[in-house]
Amino acid sequence: MPRFFSSLIFACGAGLTACSQEKLPEHTLVLQDHRFTPSEITIPAGSKVRIVIDNRDDSSEEFDSDSLGREKVVPGKSSGAVVIGPLKPGRYPFMGEFHAQTAQGAVIVQ
Amino acid sequence: MFGTALIVFREVLEAALVVSIVAAATRGLAGRARTIGSGVCAGVLGALLVAAGAGSIQRLASGSGQELFNASVLFVAVAMISWHVLWMSRHGRELSRHLGAVSAAVRQGSRPPSALVIVVAIAILREGSEVVLFLYGLAAGGTGYAGLVGGSLLGLAIGVAAGLALYFGLLRIPPGKMFSATNGLLLLIAAGMAATGARFLIQADWLPSLASPLWDSSRFIANGSAPGRVLHALIGYDARPSGMQMLFFAAVIATVGGAMLWQRRSHTAPPKAAAKPLPT
Repeated sequence: MPRFFSSLIFACGAGLTACSQEKLPEHTLVLQDHRFTPSEITIPAGSKVRIVIDNRDDSSEEFDSDSLGREKVVPGKSSGAVVIGPLKPGRYPFMGEFHAQTAQGAVIVQ
Repeated sequence: MFGTALIVFREVLEAALVVSIVAAATRGLAGRARTIGSGVCAGVLGALLVAAGAGSIQRLASGSGQELFNASVLFVAVAMISWHVLWMSRHGRELSRHLGAVSAAVRQGSRPPSALVIVVAIAILREGSEVVLFLYGLAAGGTGYAGLVGGSLLGLAIGVAAGLALYFGLLRIPPGKMFSATNGLLLLIAAGMAATGARFLIQADWLPSLASPLWDSSRFIANGSAPGRVLHALIGYDARPSGMQMLFFAAVIATVGGAMLWQRRSHTAPPKAAAKPLPT
């Protein structure tokens, strides 16, 4: 039981930390002609990172990654951010679901 | 054209499965056609509005407006489903007896189906707005209208067919067990929606992910695969769920499921006691 409470307090603390919206390291992916630049980004294992998708195309794109468990629609000529991590080392592919032939990339976690 | 159809189908599938379960769950209830019809209309209208305002929604809450919007509508849907299933566990028995002939109690209590109007509308609004944005992008990008319209109609048709298949499958359940089955399915859908809502809040960095992933079953059923998508729509399946998602899922099952059981018990107990011969 004490263990349950301590983990509960820990969870609340973690929640508050998350709510404080501390400045996270940021990586920007530029989307142009339905391609991501850079198409691969490397981030450290075990930490949270904010990924900004800067969509310079006219059309909307859905940033979608099964392995990262993230999906987000980014309207044309706008940018949007998703927070990922903490992650274990590995390769996490992502794509632009609306133009999956060209819009492909991956997050490398080391 | 087939690429368009595939994407439209993927988005339509989830909404179609939710709508078909709602249709089965409201079988025999007063105003069912109106419930589903107005839910679909409101959903389509909402999808157009959300798609048109996608840019503005996106800019809210320092770029996390979309996540907060998605999480909020999902939690509203969870509340509406919970309201409905709790009402059904009180009146379900009566309903299955009077299936076809609607009793006065049901007619008076025809408010909970209106909760499902909102559930149908939300399911269509969420998936529909993505379809609208996708198709709008294709149209603006100069894709021929023939392929666009043909592809989206084909995707829509297959998605609706999947929904109909589930609906007619559910109708084969004997009437006495029908509402227990649809109630159980709705409870799972609600729990899955809560977990998906939690995922959006994690994506916006409003909630910690806790242990992530809790497990990885993507080798068996990947999120993007057909069974993965069906299971996601039905039970919120995620091949790599986070601890927080599981917490939300379990919380809905425990609280709403517990309340359902408690209501059923407290509602069925008195007639049993009354059936006993009275001591003279």
